[in-house]
Amino acid sequence: MANHKIDPNNWIKLYSDYLFNYTITRVSDREIAQDLVSETFLAGLKSMVNFKGEASERTWLISILKRKVIDHYRKINSKKGKAEVRMSYNSDVESEGDWLEERVADPFDKTAEDTLENSELGDAIHDCLAKLPQKQAEVFKMKTILGYETETICNELDITASNLWVIVHRARTALADCMEKSWF
Amino acid sequence: MSKIKLSCDEANHVCDKNQYKEAGIWEMLKLNLHLLYCRVCRKYTSRNMKLTKLVKTNKVEVLDKATKEKLQITFDKELAKQL
Repeated sequence: MANHKIDPNNWIKLYSDYLFNYTITRVSDREIAQDLVSETFLAGLKSMVNFKGEASERTWLISILKRKVIDHYRKINSKKGKAEVRMSYNSDVESEGDWLEERVADPFDKTAEDTLENSELGDAIHDCLAKLPQKQAEVFKMKTILGYETETICNELDITASNLWVIVHRARTALADCMEKSWF
Repeated sequence: MSKIKLSCDEANHVCDKNQYKEAGIWEMLKLNLHLLYCRVCRKYTSRNMKLTKLVKTNKVEVLDKATKEKLQITFDKELAKQL
């Protein structure tokens, strides 16, 4: 079995997007997700000595992150979290029927299964992104996900526009290949 | 007026641009004309569209640069403490 080495210097560059995407599908709040990711990196740093090299760095970091997400939910479900006032329409007899529209099931609402499937698909995309050469992944993310203008990216990375389109083209081809293999 | 027939490379380039809504009308017209007779590019276009849709519907999220830098700074501080 391959013995994995640990090198915290590259963690943020390599894994922060993956971890962030993993978190955001589970806590659905950008701020909280950012905090959790940052905590994960710090916790990983502290327990670096315990890293045995049995799994890849990423898997190891994800396992820390999983605990952090669970802790987060535990915290909001603690006494303090439960003390918050939650209102419900249904308890009042007098106002029965007032909010009928809101109580009707929404056929377009996502079921738990849909969301789960979606979050897994999101993970799969990130898996594929991680396989791309770093430059391609970076350009693709900036262009497609962050939605930067072509010019902005060119200035920031110091490349020409035609250069950018070639990189985007390669990234898209590789991604489509990868997704086809792993998902469709 | 430029030529009407596109090469496959040019067609793919227009297709890529179209994924970001940056292709012009004339370019799109030429692309569609090319797709009429080129099976390989049709395949590429359909896969490209699928990928774009996939990324859009799944709300793939990444951290923006500023946050990442902030993260890196805090991290570096802790890293320095360790060594």
